[in-house]
Amino acid sequence: MSANAHAHSEDHHEDHGHHHKETFVTKYIFSQDHKMIAKQYLITGLIMGFIGIAMSLLFRMQIAWPGQSFPIFEALLGKWAPDGVMDADIYLALVTIHGTIMVFFVLTAGLSGTFSNLLIPLQIGARDMASGFLNMVSYWLFFTSSIIMVFSLFVEAGPAAAGWTVYPPLSALPMAQPGSGMGMTLWLVSMAIFIASSLLGSLNYIVTVINLRTKGMSMTRLPLTIWAFFVTAIIGVISFPVLFSAALLLIMDRSFGTSFFLSDIFIQGEVLHYQGGSPVLYEHLFWFLGHPEVYIVLLPALGITSEVMSTNARKPIFGYRAMVTSIIAIAFLSTIVWGHHMFISGMNPFLGSVFTFTTLLIAIPSAVKAFNYITTLWKGNLQLNPAMLFSIGLVSTFITGGLTGIILGDSTLDINVHDTYFVVAHFHLVMGISALYGLFAGVYHWFPKMFGRMMNKNLGYVHFWVTAVGAYGVFFPMHFVGMAGVPRRYYENTAFPMFDELTNVQVLITVFAIISAGAQLVFVYNFISSIFYGKKAVQNPWKSNTLEWTAPVAHIHGNWPGAIPEVHRWPYDYSKTDKEGNYVIPEQDFVPQTVPMGPDEEQLHH
Amino acid sequence: MTAFLTIGVLVLVAIAIWQMTKIFELSQIKKDASQIANDNDNKYNGYLMFAFLVFIYGITIFSFYKYTKILLPKAASAHGADYDNLMLVSFIIIFIVQTITQALLHYFAYKYRGRKGQKALYYADNNKLEIIWTMIPVVVLAGLILWGLYSWVNIMDINDQDDPIVVELYAQQFNWTARYAGEDNVLGEANVRLIDIDNINVLGLDTSDSYASDDVIVKELHLPVGRKVNFKMRSQDVLHSAYMPHFRAQMNCVPGMITQFSYTPIYTTEQMRQDPDVIDKVKRTNTIRAERAQIGAPNSDPWEFDYILLCNKICGKSHYNMQMKIIVETQEEYDAWMAEQKTFAQTVVTN
Repeated sequence: MSANAHAHSEDHHEDHGHHHKETFVTKYIFSQDHKMIAKQYLITGLIMGFIGIAMSLLFRMQIAWPGQSFPIFEALLGKWAPDGVMDADIYLALVTIHGTIMVFFVLTAGLSGTFSNLLIPLQIGARDMASGFLNMVSYWLFFTSSIIMVFSLFVEAGPAAAGWTVYPPLSALPMAQPGSGMGMTLWLVSMAIFIASSLLGSLNYIVTVINLRTKGMSMTRLPLTIWAFFVTAIIGVISFPVLFSAALLLIMDRSFGTSFFLSDIFIQGEVLHYQGGSPVLYEHLFWFLGHPEVYIVLLPALGITSEVMSTNARKPIFGYRAMVTSIIAIAFLSTIVWGHHMFISGMNPFLGSVFTFTTLLIAIPSAVKAFNYITTLWKGNLQLNPAMLFSIGLVSTFITGGLTGIILGDSTLDINVHDTYFVVAHFHLVMGISALYGLFAGVYHWFPKMFGRMMNKNLGYVHFWVTAVGAYGVFFPMHFVGMAGVPRRYYENTAFPMFDELTNVQVLITVFAIISAGAQLVFVYNFISSIFYGKKAVQNPWKSNTLEWTAPVAHIHGNWPGAIPEVHRWPYDYSKTDKEGNYVIPEQDFVPQTVPMGPDEEQLHH
Repeated sequence: MTAFLTIGVLVLVAIAIWQMTKIFELSQIKKDASQIANDNDNKYNGYLMFAFLVFIYGITIFSFYKYTKILLPKAASAHGADYDNLMLVSFIIIFIVQTITQALLHYFAYKYRGRKGQKALYYADNNKLEIIWTMIPVVVLAGLILWGLYSWVNIMDINDQDDPIVVELYAQQFNWTARYAGEDNVLGEANVRLIDIDNINVLGLDTSDSYASDDVIVKELHLPVGRKVNFKMRSQDVLHSAYMPHFRAQMNCVPGMITQFSYTPIYTTEQMRQDPDVIDKVKRTNTIRAERAQIGAPNSDPWEFDYILLCNKICGKSHYNMQMKIIVETQEEYDAWMAEQKTFAQTVVTN
């Protein structure tokens, strides 16, 4: 099959010769080239990330110094912060939009969208995605949904404010809170478009990986990045449509008087007509996507880490097959654990037992991955580039955050920490920070591939170390706040004297948050200045084995000027030696995938 | 004051970043503009990796030292001790794993930092190792799952044994109401469609249901110590969650359905106030509140420990202040309090 695909793509390339006239619009805006689309995804994602992180700083300041007047609140929030004191409704709106933007717009589109687009064709040896047109449509749908989401911040009654999970009835009834009016409508419209974008993208990734691999690129020779993107796309295709149905039914309940999620409601002095629906149904539908979503965010980050870590350790990734099996096992299990978000939702406790069982099973493939990463470092020759530091940081936060999942996944223990800051600390470490580290690792590592220049490494080091200290400084103490019983999404904790002595912890957390956010400005500066003034990159700066580094630095349509390279080995032959202990290629500790196996070379793999 | 503090911190951070950049730049002895890590970078970042391990341990120890005292006091319900034990064992396991894996990760990052001429070991696979670290989590998790499920089944088995009192917790934006089942210990039928504010039937009880007439509706939850309570939760508008952290108890309140939770309080409020941890906590809290009183800030009245019911599911603007006091007392005190309360039949206005 690969051979066919190879021949096919070559034909494809030839008829590209005569219509290379690109206008500004087709090259930079409505581009169908996967490399340009990847950059569009990245930059849109980073801008959304800037908004999302800025929001978190605002509400962190409110939690640490409740009711305090800050000029910056008045400047940014306007009528929502009279005299600089943040309003309780806008607090909830900030929390809601922060969650939505970070989970969907930054970590789903910005991470998976960027690197799936950039790396799938380049690492499997394809000229482009299976459908460049659908790819372009996917990006522009994402862009549209981002615009709508940002626009919703400016509507009269405020943006959606029911938490990023938008549970009805709160999200369905405009009289329950102002954000459930126009703001929520726009939120739902934006998410519906986002889902369409994500589906188009995912289908494209799946088809491309299956059909367009170059000659010799069997599935077991795929870099782990591609495995991660491939499996991520599959769980996206399985679970996003369910979120779409949830959003659609919620729109029906809101606008057309149906009762899918609503029943027996008395609000503001009157009984509503809704009868027979159940909010628990919505929770099931939402988390059927919501939980796989965690892995849609995390798996690409783990894939990137595998690749970056192996390259910079100058060592093969340990346990390639176990890694692939873990990715598939995590993906499969991720679709049958959603109920652990609902242990105390009122669903049958027996279901809680089942979900406890499946949830704790996920710890097994996760543990295997963590141990394999650690073993990959063992006896390596670690090149501590910024991307490598972020990869190591990812493993660290993945372990720290993952371990507390054992508490939350246990239905019994969940009772008292459910919806407290313990949960916030847990998921920020395990999927928020870890996935962001994966994103940063990817940006530092493939920046030369994307922009043809290098990022400044010293600024990269500063970025990493301040972020790493800040991230633990924010989220480690936060576990204690949760275990003291402080619920999340509280505008202030002053209504409960039992939380008085926790204010100090909140201040500490907020100070660390401001510091880490400051470090992101270093990244922004480095990113932008390197695009224009960075040192020109060589073709293979990290001495890596994978195919993208065999393509020239200058971006050309079709990726490789001549024939598509043929693959002869797996991508992790770093520091491979012959029987005498000499490198397979003299004086070079890596053997690119395009190098044929030597006559007496030991084939340990695939 | 805090604004100055914040600005001060930001300035210090900016200086720190600037200094770190300088240090990294100075560490490049030979001018090397390739932007790829050289031996010096590997060395410094390797050391920093080790330092970071110390930092992780440091912040762990710091947090435990400073913050253990802010955690919830001992469990005040019968199932709570089992809950706390399971939590403790899980945490011991977590911290053993955390300590070991972080040590390996960062130590390897430090120990095997790149040097010119160093050869990495081509080590791609080892089935024995993979099996070992698949099996260890399997065994440990199997134990935790079994224990957890055993407790879960016990806690969630809500039955009528041991003569429980039946209490409805009724949630609405943004307050709680409790309804006792009265003499007959059976809650009368209720539905939001029957709510009649003018006739003081705020919970929508069915006035034709004879079980409803002796129900007692109150704004403060009193519970007799040592007696099982079966809670029935109802919500009239949006999702809420009845969170009683001292009793290790929580259940969502869902419009359109009745959810339930059950526990037996084992310490009265008075006993809990005598607990040394609680005494310390009250003392610390009141110090903070006294400081506030001096500067005339709000929330400065002296505090006395009470059990509390909080809303723990986002429910709108005043979600952060949706609470009800819980008082656990002796059977006699409870009976005396109950005798003072009016029944639904006495309060409702019948036409």
